[in-house]
Amino acid sequence: MAEQNLENQENLGKEVLRMTNIHKCFDTLVVLQDINLTVHHGEVVSIIGPSGSGKSTLLRCATFLERIDGGEIEYLSKTAAKTENNGKVSYANKQEMKEIKKYFGLVFQQFNLFPHQSVLQNVMGAPVHVLKRDKKEVEEEARILLQKMGLADKADAYPCNLSGGQQQRVAIARALAMKPEVLFFDEPTSALDPELTIEVLKIIRQLAEEKMTMVIVTHEMSFARAVSNRVIFMDGGVIVEEGDPEDVFGDPQQERTKQFLKSYKD
Amino acid sequence: MTFATMLQTMGSGMLKTILLFVLTLLGSIPLGMIVVFLKKSKFKPIAWLTDIYIAIMRGTPLMLQLLVWYFGPYYIFGWSIRGYKFPALLIGFIMNYAAYFAEIYRSGIDSMPVGQYEAAEILGYGKIQTFFRIILPQVIKRILPSVTNEVITLVKDTSLASALAYAEVFSLAKQISASQTSFLPFIVAGVFYFVANYVVAWIMKGIEKSMQYYK
Repeated sequence: MAEQNLENQENLGKEVLRMTNIHKCFDTLVVLQDINLTVHHGEVVSIIGPSGSGKSTLLRCATFLERIDGGEIEYLSKTAAKTENNGKVSYANKQEMKEIKKYFGLVFQQFNLFPHQSVLQNVMGAPVHVLKRDKKEVEEEARILLQKMGLADKADAYPCNLSGGQQQRVAIARALAMKPEVLFFDEPTSALDPELTIEVLKIIRQLAEEKMTMVIVTHEMSFARAVSNRVIFMDGGVIVEEGDPEDVFGDPQQERTKQFLKSYKD
Repeated sequence: MTFATMLQTMGSGMLKTILLFVLTLLGSIPLGMIVVFLKKSKFKPIAWLTDIYIAIMRGTPLMLQLLVWYFGPYYIFGWSIRGYKFPALLIGFIMNYAAYFAEIYRSGIDSMPVGQYEAAEILGYGKIQTFFRIILPQVIKRILPSVTNEVITLVKDTSLASALAYAEVFSLAKQISASQTSFLPFIVAGVFYFVANYVVAWIMKGIEKSMQYYK
């Protein structure tokens, strides 16, 4: 972990992700319109907005779970997807995509742990079977990660025996085990009750302090305000407002943003 | 005929029943998996052909299928079918049961939540790794009760081999009963099938139990 931090310090401020003019539609429904998003090393970006505003779709496009219909996606200056002259989007070849996919991790709203594997197996699986790393070394790291998540004693438990908050922390450990450059969170606490939400947010805050690069789609406004370097407010498939959390939350410029934030105060 | 000689004769039939049962399972369980892959093929003609195959296997009596597999080569191509009885039986049983197993596998695979695939994809698992490490183990647990049903049906269906006068338990019971004018061979056959299925159910329950460590 110390090693990784040092690396992060060196790269601080370097561009990790650049999404340009992203378009996405489902049949005739336009879900993303001309979205631009750049994320730098060590930055924590929160995306807020009402349901159906396209924020989850944006994450799913960034992580290639959805194909974009227009625009460009770059990770560490490597082009993953771009719009050709004929208007069609082309993705990098299989080998390049495999490399690019190592740059990011994703934490799901529904955790999506593998239920037939123990906590330790969930965390170790990808480094061992995908990166083909040494099992002993990976186990050592996995146990350290679990300890960090406050789950050292749950290594041999199965997901069905854990609370939602514990499951989500395992999911975070599983993502971190791949040492991603950037970690995406898709409403990580929306399936949790308030008490369990706190324990997950505590972990994310801790990661932010360690300068982990993160993009978080969330409905936790006070958390977004406290933890992020930048807040993006989305509605109707576009970025309505974007900026320093104190500005966006304290003094929103757009009428739509004011209206949305007001609904949280009531 | 003493009871002992009758048991001895029927014992040879039991071995043949068990052989047919075991070889059918060994063939149809993996073949069913291949059938699912073909059915899910992106190349549509292959998917359609597989659908037709499954429809025929499920839509016609197995006994009729056995007769076709056995006599077909003679009537269609004029080939000699001497010594071909057991292979014909095996082909008939395996092709039929593979279709049923394929449908069971498909229902299990289709019941998997998409989140499992997405989590695997994000972590970098390839398609084959995802299937064998993430999906298949969970599918096996889900389909085990249906598989148990199918296997138990197979134990009883082996008696259809009597349609080709193959000397398994059921054929022998009929023969001996007729020649000895005795009801006893049927009792012996019945006890045999019952015990065999009891063992099958016991083994399958053990396998189900071994997978109960997660929900």
